[in-house]
Amino acid sequence: MSELSINPGIEIRDSERELDRFRRRLAILGVFVLTLFGLLFLRFFYLQVIQHGHYSTLAEANRISILPIAPHRGIIVDRNGIQLAHNYSAYTLEITPSKVQSLEDTIDGLAAIIEITPRDRRRFRKLLEESKSFESLPIRTRLSDEEIARFAVHRYRFPGVEAKARLFRQYPQGEMFSHVVGHIGRINQREVEQLEKDGRLANYRGSDYIGKTGLEQSYEKFLHGTTGVEEVEVDSGGRAVRTLSRTPPVSGNNLVLNLDAKLQEVAYNAFGDRKGALVAIDPATGGILAFVSKPGFDPNLFVDGIDPQSWSELNGSPDKPLLNRASAGTYPPGSTFKPFMALAALFYGKRTPQQTISDPGYFMFGGHRFRDDKVDGHGLVDMYKSIVVSCDTYYYVLANDLGIDPIARFMALFGFGSRTGIDIAGEATGVLPSTEWKARRFSRPEQKKWYAGETISVGIGQGYNNYTPLQLASAMATLANDGVMFRPHIVNYIEDIRTRDKQLVEPTPLRNLGIKQEHIQVIKQALVGVNKEGTGARAFADAPYTSGGKTGTAQVIAIKQGEKYVESRVAEQHRDHALFIAYAPADKPTIALAVVSENSGFGARAAAPVARKVLDYHLLGKLPAATDGKN
Amino acid sequence: MPFLLRRLYRFMTAHIDGILLSGILLLMFTGLLVLLSASNGSYARVSGQLMNMLVALGVMWLFANIPPHFLMRLAPPLFVLGCALLVGVALFGDVVNGARRWLHVGVTRIQPSELMKIALPLMLAWYFNRNEASLKLRNYFGAALMLAFPVALIARQPDLGTALLITASGCYVIFLAGLSWRVIATLFVAGLASLPFLWSALHDYQRQRIMTLLDPTSDPLGAGYHTIQSTIAVGSGGILGKGWMNGTQTHLDFIPERTTDFIFAVYAEEFGLLGNAVLLAMLLFLIGRAMVITANAPTLFARLLAGAITLTFFTYAFVNIGMVSGILPVVGVPLPLISYGGTSLVSICLGFGILMSINTHKKLVQT
Repeated sequence: MSELSINPGIEIRDSERELDRFRRRLAILGVFVLTLFGLLFLRFFYLQVIQHGHYSTLAEANRISILPIAPHRGIIVDRNGIQLAHNYSAYTLEITPSKVQSLEDTIDGLAAIIEITPRDRRRFRKLLEESKSFESLPIRTRLSDEEIARFAVHRYRFPGVEAKARLFRQYPQGEMFSHVVGHIGRINQREVEQLEKDGRLANYRGSDYIGKTGLEQSYEKFLHGTTGVEEVEVDSGGRAVRTLSRTPPVSGNNLVLNLDAKLQEVAYNAFGDRKGALVAIDPATGGILAFVSKPGFDPNLFVDGIDPQSWSELNGSPDKPLLNRASAGTYPPGSTFKPFMALAALFYGKRTPQQTISDPGYFMFGGHRFRDDKVDGHGLVDMYKSIVVSCDTYYYVLANDLGIDPIARFMALFGFGSRTGIDIAGEATGVLPSTEWKARRFSRPEQKKWYAGETISVGIGQGYNNYTPLQLASAMATLANDGVMFRPHIVNYIEDIRTRDKQLVEPTPLRNLGIKQEHIQVIKQALVGVNKEGTGARAFADAPYTSGGKTGTAQVIAIKQGEKYVESRVAEQHRDHALFIAYAPADKPTIALAVVSENSGFGARAAAPVARKVLDYHLLGKLPAATDGKN
Repeated sequence: MPFLLRRLYRFMTAHIDGILLSGILLLMFTGLLVLLSASNGSYARVSGQLMNMLVALGVMWLFANIPPHFLMRLAPPLFVLGCALLVGVALFGDVVNGARRWLHVGVTRIQPSELMKIALPLMLAWYFNRNEASLKLRNYFGAALMLAFPVALIARQPDLGTALLITASGCYVIFLAGLSWRVIATLFVAGLASLPFLWSALHDYQRQRIMTLLDPTSDPLGAGYHTIQSTIAVGSGGILGKGWMNGTQTHLDFIPERTTDFIFAVYAEEFGLLGNAVLLAMLLFLIGRAMVITANAPTLFARLLAGAITLTFFTYAFVNIGMVSGILPVVGVPLPLISYGGTSLVSICLGFGILMSINTHKKLVQT
């Protein structure tokens, strides 16, 4: 020890002081350590006790993903079980734009392994404009197994592209039922807002499609079904690891129609290459048996979004295939209006069936000559004859005697000029002219006034008269059913496919018109006379059943005073429309119908044969011979 | 035979500190449990880590048997070598992930900054010990220069985390060596004043990390993702935790790097606040024992070296846990003795070996 230092006492004290100082410093660092660990503990306490609920929620949200399972849409079948809309399973190739670097490059790359037509590209571009970028959009639908296999090999090259098994809607009957069955399409923003307002949006999580037109739209609530929910645990990559719980979806209900698909087919083909509409109704129930609007379109084009070119072809076509002529197209009824005018005369007591007029071939009113079809006139005409030979003069006089407003009140009973309430949307009201209607319709004072001369042509179904084929058919059915009117309906019942419960679309008697049966019988006899010995006789020659009918011809353009209508001189789109209304069998009608064949000339020639074929099939089960097609 | 066995036992345990060892083994065992869960029950990682632990314990035994004065002689050449290698990295190093940290040496490549972690405190302890009799302010200044040179090189690589940790270990030595409070206060103020300049010297990604710490949600899928997910893991653990092997954040792959730097998130999720308290207690037990050894070390060199090792160990643990629980920026620091990885285990155990050596060789020195 003494060798170490000259002054050992000081040296030792000094080194002890050093040691003390070191230990003090070390103690300070000890406090530092404790403080920082204390800080950590406070942080843990904050995270794990105070904020525990918050972070638990976040962890659960991380972990659990709720996946909707879209239900199967109900199918639509005709009265005999023929499928008009069904589902099938197939693969689509879908792109999520937000996950893709360059859409063009991706699509070009895909096109190298799978066929992608310019139409597919156009359709995709249109979908892209309408959707959000994180939605998965189909670039190709209905891939073959081979295409799926080829894509699977190259999959790694296409992040954001997936092949998905989807249920597709298909309309196997194509254009024949395009207007009545309608179609579904991808849900658009306006529909989302509407669903949200109705509180139904939650049920559409997982659904891409919604009914857009026809029955698909009006029975959407029943067809769609209830979306199921699957709670899955997902990892950080979003892959489902396992299922925690599952509420299966409930399939939509099926629709069973009153419609007879075969009858519809017969009717559709009976038009040949003419445009037109036909509505056939079961008079006892209001059930729609056939509902034709020709030309139609392929509703399958619309399911995954129609490409702009096909759309403009359809939308710009002069044939207006998108127009539902049967319930949204309106036509002057022409002479098919006469039986109802005659009934009005009986109703108001203005005529008896036996009362006759002498027809010189025209009716003079206010210096204007209203001509009859038959230049020399029909001679003495009573009510029966006026219908059977379709005498115009009789109705010019009658209309003048009745006055416009009594006519309008009576015709309103039969549903002319108001929507029938059929179970698809887009119905037109048509025009039932009256002084009140005219005052409402026009703005200039001189136009608002009803002129007595205008009543005359209303009597033969011209003038302002404008009705839908559906209204005509419904009026015919009401007459055939002896004045008891039913609301026309396409769907017979809604079927729950699990319980097999049937929810009937009840035939609702709208009203009993309260018309004397003897009056109705007079008119019905006259209608039978039309098909037996009158304007419909040629078309119904040798029919093994008795039927009632009435021909009609509706002017598309007015003929100048003193001129004669010559069909061959008039451009086709300005030629007259041919109409025919009918019911059968005469004693106990099971079908009533209205036919409009556009620009086809006289009703007897163009529309009555269509009606004949439809009635033949309906009553006899007889398919028209192939050679009849153009007749 | 019993005699030989007793000799072997004494040879094996003569320089081993039982208290320190039991603390280490306890943490290692905890680490293996958490690792098993973090690797989804796969034993491959666990057995690999077990091998690392055996190697690390071997290194610890080796260094426990090396007398401190021998280490003291090693200090200057080791430091010089470390600095030379760092210069080498700066000139010829490999760029990995945008940072120049690795140097090719023959068949393998090394990260010289790892060597600096032990070489620097060793050098500073040697330096202060040499000037023990007459410590002046300029000695502290010299120490600061010795610290600044390698730190600057490492920070330039850039490897801010390691640079800060080495700075911390150097500062601990300087503080323990008795730098006067007045100078400390002056430096502190000067440091605060220079913060804006430091900020402008940082790389974009480094600034990003700090910004992300202040508001992790600003970049939830990028830099903030780690912090957000690990914070959710810790917070959702609650008081008792979700139970071993039951952490949803862990097992559904939401925690990145969950076997290495972010293993604490796994632990906190599955064992909760209670488990965290136990872990802090275990760490404190180890640090406390190391401080006792430090306080009783015989020479200034031994005291400073022991203090540096002890506090560096603490710093690693604090920075890692602080980072995982979202109060410190994300820097690549493993949780000592728990995180998977051989390098970290070996260097930590090497430090504890030195502590044991200091504690068991002082009697020999004194006699």
